[in-house]
Amino acid sequence: MPEPRRERLRVRAIEPVGPYALLRLERGRLDPGVPGQFFMLEAPGRVLPRPMSLCLAPKGELAFLLDPIGPGTRALARLEPGDEIGVLGPLGNGFRLDVPRPLLVGGGIGIAPLPYLSEALEHPPAVLGFRSERHAESAALVPNAEVVIDPVLVTEVMSTGRDVLACGPEPMLEAIRVLEPGAQLAWEAPMACGYGACYGCVVEIDGELKRLCVEGPVLCSS
Amino acid sequence: MQLLNASGCLDALTAPDVARAFDAFVTKTVTPEPRAGNAPVRIAETEHGMLNAIGLANPGRDAFVRDMLPRLRALGMPLWVSVGGFAAHEYAETCAQLDDVTIELNLSCPNVDEAPESAAEIVRACRETTSSPLYAKVSPHSWDMGETVRAIEAAGADGVSMVNTLRGVALDDRLRPTLARVQGGYSGPALKPVVLAAVVAARRATSLPIVAMGGVTSGRDALELIACGATHVALGTVLFADPDSPSRVRAELAEEVHRLGFETPDDAVGIALDRVVKMANRG
Repeated sequence: MPEPRRERLRVRAIEPVGPYALLRLERGRLDPGVPGQFFMLEAPGRVLPRPMSLCLAPKGELAFLLDPIGPGTRALARLEPGDEIGVLGPLGNGFRLDVPRPLLVGGGIGIAPLPYLSEALEHPPAVLGFRSERHAESAALVPNAEVVIDPVLVTEVMSTGRDVLACGPEPMLEAIRVLEPGAQLAWEAPMACGYGACYGCVVEIDGELKRLCVEGPVLCSS
Repeated sequence: MQLLNASGCLDALTAPDVARAFDAFVTKTVTPEPRAGNAPVRIAETEHGMLNAIGLANPGRDAFVRDMLPRLRALGMPLWVSVGGFAAHEYAETCAQLDDVTIELNLSCPNVDEAPESAAEIVRACRETTSSPLYAKVSPHSWDMGETVRAIEAAGADGVSMVNTLRGVALDDRLRPTLARVQGGYSGPALKPVVLAAVVAARRATSLPIVAMGGVTSGRDALELIACGATHVALGTVLFADPDSPSRVRAELAEEVHRLGFETPDDAVGIALDRVVKMANRG
Protein backbone atom coordinates (compact mmCIF):
# COMPACT_ATOMS: atom_id res chain seq x y z
CA MET A 1 0.00 0.00 0.00
CA PRO A 2 1.57 3.36 -0.98
CA GLU A 3 2.25 5.78 1.88
CA PRO A 4 -0.14 8.71 2.07
CA ARG A 5 1.41 12.17 2.04
CA ARG A 6 0.15 15.72 2.02
CA GLU A 7 1.18 18.30 -0.53
CA ARG A 8 -0.13 21.49 -2.04
CA LEU A 9 -1.15 20.69 -5.62
CA ARG A 10 -1.81 23.13 -8.42
CA VAL A 11 -5.09 23.11 -10.32
CA ARG A 12 -4.47 22.28 -13.97
CA ALA A 13 -8.07 22.53 -15.17
CA ILE A 14 -11.64 22.23 -14.05
CA GLU A 15 -14.12 20.92 -16.59
CA PRO A 16 -17.91 20.54 -16.51
CA VAL A 17 -19.19 16.98 -16.97
CA GLY A 18 -22.97 17.30 -17.08
CA PRO A 19 -23.87 18.84 -13.68
CA TYR A 20 -20.59 17.61 -12.18
CA ALA A 21 -17.09 19.11 -12.30
CA LEU A 22 -13.87 17.26 -13.08
CA LEU A 23 -11.09 18.84 -11.01
CA ARG A 24 -7.69 18.10 -12.54
CA LEU A 25 -4.68 18.63 -10.27
CA GLU A 26 -0.97 18.34 -10.90
CA ARG A 27 0.07 15.13 -9.17
CA GLY A 28 3.18 16.36 -7.34
CA ARG A 29 4.80 13.48 -5.47
CA LEU A 30 1.49 11.91 -4.46
CA ASP A 31 0.87 8.29 -5.41
CA PRO A 32 -2.48 7.74 -7.18
CA GLY A 33 -3.01 4.56 -5.14
CA VAL A 34 -5.44 1.76 -5.87
CA PRO A 35 -8.87 2.47 -7.47
CA GLY A 36 -11.40 3.08 -4.68
CA GLN A 37 -8.86 4.74 -2.38
CA PHE A 38 -9.55 8.39 -1.62
CA PHE A 39 -7.86 11.73 -0.97
CA MET A 40 -8.72 14.58 1.43
CA LEU A 41 -8.99 17.82 -0.57
CA GLU A 42 -8.69 21.19 1.14
CA ALA A 43 -11.88 23.13 0.37
CA PRO A 44 -10.88 26.81 0.30
CA GLY A 45 -12.45 28.81 3.12
CA ARG A 46 -13.80 25.73 4.91
CA VAL A 47 -12.61 24.27 8.23
CA LEU A 48 -12.51 20.65 7.06
CA PRO A 49 -11.21 19.01 3.88
CA ARG A 50 -13.47 16.80 1.75
CA PRO A 51 -12.93 13.08 0.99
CA MET A 52 -12.90 12.34 -2.75
CA SER A 53 -12.09 9.07 -4.48
CA LEU A 54 -9.71 9.34 -7.40
CA CYS A 55 -11.56 9.43 -10.74
CA LEU A 56 -8.70 9.41 -13.23
CA ALA A 57 -4.93 9.29 -13.05
CA PRO A 58 -3.44 10.46 -16.34
CA LYS A 59 0.34 10.92 -16.33
CA GLY A 60 1.36 13.63 -13.87
CA GLU A 61 -2.21 14.29 -12.83
CA LEU A 62 -4.89 13.39 -10.27
CA ALA A 63 -8.50 14.06 -11.30
CA PHE A 64 -11.57 14.13 -9.07
CA LEU A 65 -15.26 14.19 -10.03
CA LEU A 66 -17.27 16.56 -7.82
CA ASP A 67 -20.96 17.18 -7.36
CA PRO A 68 -21.15 20.80 -6.15
CA ILE A 69 -24.05 20.41 -3.73
CA GLY A 70 -22.65 21.67 -0.42
CA PRO A 71 -20.37 24.48 0.78
CA GLY A 72 -17.22 22.34 0.51
CA THR A 73 -17.85 20.86 -2.92
CA ARG A 74 -18.99 24.28 -4.20
CA ALA A 75 -15.74 25.85 -2.95
CA LEU A 76 -13.79 23.12 -4.78
CA ALA A 77 -15.84 23.63 -7.96
CA ARG A 78 -14.98 27.36 -7.89
CA LEU A 79 -11.22 26.68 -8.08
CA GLU A 80 -9.42 28.06 -11.09
CA PRO A 81 -6.34 26.91 -13.01
CA GLY A 82 -3.24 27.95 -11.09
CA ASP A 83 -4.91 27.82 -7.65
CA GLU A 84 -3.32 25.50 -5.08
CA ILE A 85 -4.96 23.28 -2.48
CA GLY A 86 -3.62 20.87 0.15
CA VAL A 87 -4.24 17.23 -0.73
CA LEU A 88 -3.65 14.20 1.52
CA GLY A 89 -3.62 10.64 0.23
CA PRO A 90 -4.04 8.02 -1.00
CA LEU A 91 -6.12 6.84 1.97
CA GLY A 92 -8.19 3.81 2.96
CA ASN A 93 -8.61 0.48 1.21
CA GLY A 94 -9.50 0.35 -2.46
CA PHE A 95 -11.04 -2.38 -4.62
CA ARG A 96 -9.43 -5.81 -4.91
CA LEU A 97 -8.55 -6.19 -8.56
CA ASP A 98 -8.01 -9.97 -8.62
CA VAL A 99 -11.52 -10.76 -9.85
CA PRO A 100 -12.10 -13.00 -12.92
CA ARG A 101 -15.44 -11.57 -14.18
CA PRO A 102 -15.70 -7.92 -13.08
CA LEU A 103 -18.87 -5.86 -13.49
CA LEU A 104 -18.72 -2.20 -12.46
CA VAL A 105 -21.90 -0.69 -11.05
CA GLY A 106 -22.31 2.99 -10.30
CA GLY A 107 -25.05 5.40 -9.34
CA GLY A 108 -24.97 9.19 -9.70
CA ILE A 109 -21.83 10.86 -8.36
CA GLY A 110 -20.92 7.38 -7.10
CA ILE A 111 -19.44 6.72 -10.52
CA ALA A 112 -16.49 8.89 -9.40
CA PRO A 113 -14.01 6.02 -8.74
CA LEU A 114 -15.14 3.93 -11.74
CA PRO A 115 -13.16 5.53 -14.60
CA TYR A 116 -9.85 4.77 -12.83
CA LEU A 117 -11.13 1.32 -11.82
CA SER A 118 -12.27 0.60 -15.38
CA GLU A 119 -8.82 1.45 -16.68
CA ALA A 120 -7.11 -0.77 -14.10
CA LEU A 121 -9.36 -3.73 -15.07
CA GLU A 122 -8.98 -3.06 -18.81
CA HIS A 123 -12.48 -1.75 -19.39
CA PRO A 124 -14.86 -4.44 -18.15
CA PRO A 125 -18.64 -4.05 -18.65
CA ALA A 126 -20.36 -1.45 -16.47
CA VAL A 127 -23.92 -0.52 -15.51
CA LEU A 128 -24.52 3.09 -14.50
CA GLY A 129 -27.70 4.66 -13.15
CA PHE A 130 -28.59 8.36 -13.11
CA ARG A 131 -31.52 10.50 -12.14
CA SER A 132 -31.59 12.53 -15.38
CA GLU A 133 -30.21 12.66 -18.91
CA ARG A 134 -28.01 15.53 -17.88
CA HIS A 135 -26.42 13.58 -15.00
CA ALA A 136 -25.96 10.66 -17.44
CA GLU A 137 -23.56 12.79 -19.54
CA SER A 138 -20.88 11.77 -17.03
CA ALA A 139 -21.21 8.14 -18.22
CA ALA A 140 -18.85 9.13 -21.05
CA LEU A 141 -16.04 8.78 -18.49
CA VAL A 142 -16.64 5.00 -18.20
CA PRO A 143 -16.10 2.90 -21.35
CA ASN A 144 -18.38 -0.11 -22.03
CA ALA A 145 -21.16 1.25 -19.87
CA GLU A 146 -24.85 0.49 -20.11
CA VAL A 147 -26.77 3.52 -18.84
CA VAL A 148 -30.17 3.54 -17.14
CA ILE A 149 -32.11 6.57 -16.04
CA ASP A 150 -34.59 6.88 -13.19
CA PRO A 151 -37.10 5.20 -12.73
CA VAL A 152 -35.10 2.26 -14.14
CA LEU A 153 -32.66 0.95 -11.52
CA VAL A 154 -29.22 -0.58 -12.06
CA THR A 155 -30.33 -3.68 -10.17
CA GLU A 156 -32.99 -4.33 -12.85
CA VAL A 157 -30.42 -4.63 -15.64
CA MET A 158 -27.37 -6.06 -13.83
CA SER A 159 -26.34 -9.46 -15.15
CA THR A 160 -25.79 -12.08 -12.45
CA GLY A 161 -22.86 -14.34 -11.73
CA ARG A 162 -20.30 -11.56 -12.01
CA ASP A 163 -17.83 -10.03 -9.58
CA VAL A 164 -19.57 -6.76 -8.77
CA LEU A 165 -17.56 -3.67 -7.83
CA ALA A 166 -19.93 -0.85 -6.99
CA CYS A 167 -20.17 2.70 -5.72
CA GLY A 168 -23.30 4.78 -5.35
CA PRO A 169 -26.04 5.90 -2.99
CA GLU A 170 -26.68 3.74 0.07
CA PRO A 171 -30.04 2.27 -1.07
CA MET A 172 -28.34 1.12 -4.28
CA LEU A 173 -25.49 -0.54 -2.38
CA GLU A 174 -27.95 -2.20 0.02
CA ALA A 175 -29.91 -3.61 -2.94
CA ILE A 176 -26.72 -4.91 -4.59
CA ARG A 177 -25.64 -6.50 -1.32
CA VAL A 178 -28.84 -8.59 -1.39
CA LEU A 179 -28.40 -9.60 -5.05
CA GLU A 180 -24.66 -10.25 -4.97
CA PRO A 181 -23.48 -11.17 -1.47
CA GLY A 182 -19.82 -11.18 -2.54
CA ALA A 183 -19.86 -7.70 -4.10
CA GLN A 184 -17.17 -5.13 -3.26
CA LEU A 185 -19.00 -1.95 -2.26
CA ALA A 186 -17.49 1.53 -1.82
CA TRP A 187 -19.36 3.38 0.96
CA GLU A 188 -19.46 6.99 2.03
CA ALA A 189 -19.68 8.70 5.44
CA PRO A 190 -19.10 12.22 6.75
CA MET A 191 -15.39 12.41 7.51
CA ALA A 192 -13.33 15.09 9.23
CA CYS A 193 -9.80 13.70 8.78
CA GLY A 194 -9.70 10.62 6.53
CA TYR A 195 -6.76 9.06 8.43
CA GLY A 196 -8.33 7.54 11.53
CA ALA A 197 -8.01 10.48 13.92
CA CYS A 198 -11.54 11.81 14.36
CA TYR A 199 -13.74 8.70 14.73
CA GLY A 200 -16.44 10.65 12.89
CA CYS A 201 -16.97 8.25 9.96
CA VAL A 202 -17.95 5.10 11.85
CA VAL A 203 -20.34 2.64 10.25
CA GLU A 204 -21.55 -0.70 11.54
CA ILE A 205 -19.19 -3.43 10.33
CA ASP A 206 -19.57 -6.97 11.73
CA GLY A 207 -21.89 -5.62 14.42
CA GLU A 208 -19.42 -2.99 15.63
CA LEU A 209 -19.02 0.71 14.91
CA LYS A 210 -15.75 0.97 12.95
CA ARG A 211 -14.00 3.79 11.13
CA LEU A 212 -14.86 3.68 7.43
CA CYS A 213 -11.66 5.56 6.54
CA VAL A 214 -9.52 2.80 8.07
CA GLU A 215 -11.62 -0.33 7.33
CA GLY A 216 -13.00 0.92 3.98
CA PRO A 217 -14.23 2.77 2.09
CA VAL A 218 -14.45 -0.43 -0.02
CA LEU A 219 -15.95 -3.26 2.00
CA CYS A 220 -16.76 -6.77 0.88
CA SER A 221 -20.46 -7.29 1.49
CA SER A 222 -20.37 -10.97 2.51
CA MET B 1 6.52 25.03 26.09
CA GLN B 2 5.34 21.65 24.95
CA LEU B 3 3.15 21.01 21.92
CA LEU B 4 0.52 18.32 22.49
CA ASN B 5 -2.47 16.95 20.63
CA ALA B 6 -5.89 17.58 22.13
CA SER B 7 -7.44 14.39 23.51
CA GLY B 8 -9.64 12.62 20.99
CA CYS B 9 -8.11 14.35 17.98
CA LEU B 10 -5.45 11.77 17.07
CA ASP B 11 -4.98 8.00 17.16
CA ALA B 12 -1.26 7.39 17.67
CA LEU B 13 -1.59 3.71 16.79
CA THR B 14 -3.14 4.51 13.38
CA ALA B 15 -0.95 7.56 12.67
CA PRO B 16 2.28 7.14 14.68
CA ASP B 17 4.27 9.63 12.58
CA VAL B 18 1.78 12.39 13.32
CA ALA B 19 1.93 11.56 17.04
CA ARG B 20 5.74 11.66 17.04
CA ALA B 21 5.66 15.25 15.82
CA PHE B 22 4.34 16.22 19.28
CA ASP B 23 6.27 16.45 22.56
CA ALA B 24 3.80 14.04 24.17
CA PHE B 25 0.79 12.06 22.98
CA VAL B 26 -2.58 12.52 24.71
CA THR B 27 -4.93 9.52 24.42
CA LYS B 28 -8.65 9.49 23.77
CA THR B 29 -10.58 9.50 27.03
CA VAL B 30 -10.58 6.15 28.83
CA THR B 31 -13.72 5.25 30.78
CA PRO B 32 -14.18 2.36 33.26
CA GLU B 33 -16.37 0.35 30.87
CA PRO B 34 -15.99 -0.03 27.08
CA ARG B 35 -18.06 2.47 25.08
CA ALA B 36 -19.08 2.04 21.43
CA GLY B 37 -19.75 5.78 21.24
CA ASN B 38 -22.73 7.52 19.70
CA ALA B 39 -24.55 6.39 16.57
CA PRO B 40 -23.65 8.32 13.42
CA VAL B 41 -23.98 11.07 12.20
CA ARG B 42 -21.21 12.12 14.58
CA ILE B 43 -19.64 15.17 12.93
CA ALA B 44 -20.82 18.33 11.21
CA GLU B 45 -18.84 21.19 9.74
CA THR B 46 -20.13 24.69 10.45
CA GLU B 47 -19.05 28.06 9.08
CA HIS B 48 -16.16 28.61 11.48
CA GLY B 49 -15.69 25.30 13.21
CA MET B 50 -17.06 21.81 13.55
CA LEU B 51 -19.27 19.82 15.88
CA ASN B 52 -18.53 16.32 17.09
CA ALA B 53 -20.60 13.86 19.05
CA ILE B 54 -18.28 10.86 19.17
CA GLY B 55 -19.41 9.96 22.67
CA LEU B 56 -16.14 8.82 24.26
CA ALA B 57 -15.78 5.69 22.15
CA ASN B 58 -13.03 3.67 23.89
CA PRO B 59 -12.22 0.06 24.80
CA GLY B 60 -12.63 0.61 28.55
CA ARG B 61 -9.89 0.80 31.16
CA ASP B 62 -9.05 -2.91 31.45
CA ALA B 63 -8.56 -3.37 27.71
CA PHE B 64 -6.77 -0.01 27.53
CA VAL B 65 -4.25 -0.93 30.23
CA ARG B 66 -3.80 -4.49 28.95
CA ASP B 67 -3.77 -3.98 25.14
CA MET B 68 -3.34 -0.35 24.16
CA LEU B 69 -1.01 1.12 26.75
CA PRO B 70 1.89 -1.27 25.96
CA ARG B 71 1.56 -0.44 22.26
CA LEU B 72 1.50 3.28 23.03
CA ARG B 73 4.59 2.94 25.23
CA ALA B 74 6.37 1.32 22.28
CA LEU B 75 6.12 4.70 20.50
CA GLY B 76 8.84 5.79 22.92
CA MET B 77 7.33 9.18 23.71
CA PRO B 78 5.80 10.71 26.85
CA LEU B 79 2.15 9.73 27.27
CA TRP B 80 -0.79 11.58 28.71
CA VAL B 81 -3.83 9.44 29.45
CA SER B 82 -7.19 11.19 29.37
CA VAL B 83 -9.38 9.72 32.10
CA GLY B 84 -13.17 9.98 32.16
CA GLY B 85 -15.95 8.65 34.32
CA PHE B 86 -19.39 9.24 35.74
CA ALA B 87 -18.47 9.55 39.41
CA ALA B 88 -15.36 10.60 41.32
CA HIS B 89 -14.54 7.05 42.41
CA GLU B 90 -14.56 5.88 38.77
CA TYR B 91 -11.94 8.45 37.82
CA ALA B 92 -9.90 7.51 40.91
CA GLU B 93 -10.01 3.78 40.16
CA THR B 94 -8.66 4.35 36.66
CA CYS B 95 -5.91 6.64 37.96
CA ALA B 96 -4.85 3.92 40.40
CA GLN B 97 -4.12 1.60 37.43
CA LEU B 98 -1.84 4.07 35.62
CA ASP B 99 1.89 4.50 36.19
CA ASP B 100 4.55 6.47 34.40
CA VAL B 101 2.10 8.67 32.51
CA THR B 102 0.64 12.12 32.96
CA ILE B 103 -3.06 11.96 33.73
CA GLU B 104 -5.54 14.44 32.26
CA LEU B 105 -8.93 14.24 33.96
CA ASN B 106 -11.69 14.90 31.41
CA LEU B 107 -14.11 16.79 33.62
CA SER B 108 -16.12 18.22 30.79
CA CYS B 109 -17.11 16.07 27.86
CA PRO B 110 -20.21 17.65 26.30
CA ASN B 111 -21.21 14.41 24.58
CA VAL B 112 -21.99 12.44 27.72
CA ASP B 113 -23.83 13.32 30.86
CA GLU B 114 -21.33 14.90 33.17
CA ALA B 115 -20.25 13.49 36.46
CA PRO B 116 -22.44 14.98 39.17
CA GLU B 117 -19.52 15.66 41.47
CA SER B 118 -17.69 18.94 41.21
CA ALA B 119 -14.35 19.21 39.48
CA ALA B 120 -12.60 19.62 42.83
CA GLU B 121 -14.14 16.46 44.30
CA ILE B 122 -12.96 14.42 41.33
CA VAL B 123 -9.44 15.87 41.49
CA ARG B 124 -9.26 15.22 45.26
CA ALA B 125 -10.37 11.58 44.83
CA CYS B 126 -7.76 11.01 42.12
CA ARG B 127 -4.97 12.74 44.06
CA GLU B 128 -5.45 10.16 46.82
CA THR B 129 -4.85 7.26 44.44
CA THR B 130 -2.01 8.50 42.25
CA SER B 131 1.27 10.34 42.47
CA SER B 132 1.41 10.78 38.68
CA PRO B 133 1.23 14.35 37.37
CA LEU B 134 -2.46 15.25 37.38
CA TYR B 135 -4.04 17.78 35.01
CA ALA B 136 -7.72 18.71 35.11
CA LYS B 137 -9.39 19.53 31.78
CA VAL B 138 -12.16 22.02 32.26
CA SER B 139 -15.24 23.12 30.38
CA PRO B 140 -15.48 26.54 28.72
CA HIS B 141 -18.98 26.78 30.23
CA SER B 142 -17.67 27.53 33.72
CA TRP B 143 -19.27 30.68 35.15
CA ASP B 144 -16.19 31.63 37.09
CA MET B 145 -13.03 30.16 35.61
CA GLY B 146 -10.84 31.69 38.30
CA GLU B 147 -12.80 30.06 41.08
CA THR B 148 -12.88 26.69 39.26
CA VAL B 149 -9.13 26.76 38.78
CA ARG B 150 -8.43 27.75 42.40
CA ALA B 151 -10.63 24.86 43.59
CA ILE B 152 -8.83 22.41 41.29
CA GLU B 153 -5.45 23.61 42.55
CA ALA B 154 -6.52 23.33 46.19
CA ALA B 155 -7.66 19.75 45.49
CA GLY B 156 -4.14 18.81 44.43
CA ALA B 157 -3.97 19.17 40.64
CA ASP B 158 -0.55 19.77 39.08
CA GLY B 159 -1.93 21.68 36.11
CA VAL B 160 -4.99 22.71 34.15
CA SER B 161 -6.00 21.86 30.57
CA MET B 162 -8.37 24.26 28.94
CA VAL B 163 -10.74 24.15 27.28
CA ASN B 164 -12.93 21.31 26.14
CA THR B 165 -15.44 21.98 23.36
CA LEU B 166 -18.45 24.27 23.64
CA ARG B 167 -21.92 22.76 23.26
CA GLY B 168 -23.41 23.44 19.84
CA VAL B 169 -26.09 22.41 17.37
CA ALA B 170 -26.03 22.40 13.55
CA LEU B 171 -28.98 22.05 11.18
CA ASP B 172 -28.93 20.65 7.67
CA ASP B 173 -30.55 22.33 4.67
CA ARG B 174 -33.94 20.82 5.60
CA LEU B 175 -33.68 22.20 9.15
CA ARG B 176 -32.99 18.79 10.71
CA PRO B 177 -30.25 18.48 13.34
CA THR B 178 -27.18 17.17 11.52
CA LEU B 179 -25.92 15.17 14.48
CA ALA B 180 -27.86 12.07 15.52
CA ARG B 181 -27.43 13.18 19.13
CA VAL B 182 -28.59 16.72 18.20
CA GLN B 183 -25.94 18.45 20.39
CA GLY B 184 -22.23 18.14 19.93
CA GLY B 185 -18.96 19.71 20.98
CA TYR B 186 -18.03 22.81 18.99
CA SER B 187 -14.35 23.22 18.11
CA GLY B 188 -12.15 24.95 15.58
CA PRO B 189 -11.13 28.53 14.78
CA ALA B 190 -14.28 30.07 16.33
CA LEU B 191 -13.12 28.94 19.77
CA LYS B 192 -9.91 30.97 19.99
CA PRO B 193 -11.28 34.10 21.70
CA VAL B 194 -13.15 31.88 24.18
CA VAL B 195 -9.95 30.04 25.03
CA LEU B 196 -7.95 33.25 25.34
CA ALA B 197 -10.50 34.52 27.88
CA ALA B 198 -10.41 31.27 29.81
CA VAL B 199 -6.61 31.29 29.93
CA VAL B 200 -6.50 34.92 31.09
CA ALA B 201 -8.91 34.12 33.93
CA ALA B 202 -7.00 30.99 34.89
CA ARG B 203 -3.59 32.68 34.78
CA ARG B 204 -4.86 35.41 37.10
CA ALA B 205 -5.98 32.69 39.54
CA THR B 206 -3.02 30.29 39.54
CA SER B 207 0.64 29.83 38.73
CA LEU B 208 0.12 26.16 37.79
CA PRO B 209 1.04 25.02 34.26
CA ILE B 210 -1.77 25.59 31.77
CA VAL B 211 -2.24 23.50 28.61
CA ALA B 212 -4.34 25.67 26.31
CA MET B 213 -6.28 24.44 23.31
CA GLY B 214 -9.10 25.58 21.07
CA GLY B 215 -8.93 27.07 17.60
CA VAL B 216 -5.17 26.97 17.13
CA THR B 217 -4.40 26.74 13.42
CA SER B 218 -1.12 28.69 13.25
CA GLY B 219 2.00 29.57 15.21
CA ARG B 220 0.54 33.02 15.79
CA ASP B 221 -2.54 31.44 17.43
CA ALA B 222 -0.30 29.36 19.69
CA LEU B 223 1.69 32.43 20.69
CA GLU B 224 -1.49 34.32 21.57
CA LEU B 225 -2.48 31.52 23.96
CA ILE B 226 0.99 31.63 25.47
CA ALA B 227 0.87 35.42 25.79
CA CYS B 228 -2.36 35.07 27.77
CA GLY B 229 -0.68 32.68 30.20
CA ALA B 230 -0.56 29.21 28.67
CA THR B 231 2.60 27.22 29.32
CA HIS B 232 1.75 24.47 26.80
CA VAL B 233 -0.39 24.39 23.67
CA ALA B 234 -2.46 21.58 22.15
CA LEU B 235 -3.76 21.13 18.61
CA GLY B 236 -7.21 19.68 17.94
CA THR B 237 -9.41 20.33 14.93
CA VAL B 238 -6.51 21.57 12.78
CA LEU B 239 -5.10 18.02 12.89
CA PHE B 240 -8.13 16.78 10.95
CA ALA B 241 -7.48 19.25 8.16
CA ASP B 242 -3.70 18.90 8.16
CA PRO B 243 -1.75 16.05 9.76
CA ASP B 244 1.43 18.03 9.09
CA SER B 245 0.20 20.91 11.27
CA PRO B 246 2.37 20.07 14.33
CA SER B 247 5.64 20.81 12.53
CA ARG B 248 4.15 23.76 10.68
CA VAL B 249 2.74 25.37 13.83
CA ARG B 250 6.07 24.79 15.61
CA ALA B 251 8.03 26.46 12.81
CA GLU B 252 5.61 29.39 12.60
CA LEU B 253 5.72 29.80 16.37
CA ALA B 254 9.52 29.95 16.40
CA GLU B 255 9.47 32.57 13.66
CA GLU B 256 6.78 34.66 15.36
CA VAL B 257 8.59 34.48 18.72
CA HIS B 258 11.79 35.83 17.17
CA ARG B 259 9.96 38.46 15.14
CA LEU B 260 8.52 39.85 18.36
CA GLY B 261 11.88 39.88 20.10
CA PHE B 262 11.62 36.87 22.43
CA GLU B 263 14.25 34.15 22.78
CA THR B 264 11.80 31.29 23.31
CA PRO B 265 8.02 30.86 23.64
CA ASP B 266 8.51 30.48 27.41
CA ASP B 267 9.66 34.12 27.58
CA ALA B 268 6.25 35.23 26.31
CA VAL B 269 4.11 33.40 28.87
CA GLY B 270 1.52 35.81 30.27
CA ILE B 271 3.04 38.82 28.51
CA ALA B 272 -0.39 40.03 27.33
CA LEU B 273 -1.50 40.48 30.93
CA ASP B 274 1.29 43.04 31.43
CA ARG B 275 0.46 44.82 28.23
CA VAL B 276 -3.07 46.01 28.84
CA VAL B 277 -3.37 49.26 26.95
CA LYS B 278 -5.41 51.95 28.67
CA MET B 279 -7.06 54.52 26.41
CA ALA B 280 -5.72 57.36 28.55
CA ASN B 281 -2.13 56.27 27.90
CA ARG B 282 -2.53 56.05 24.14
CA GLY B 283 -2.24 59.73 23.32
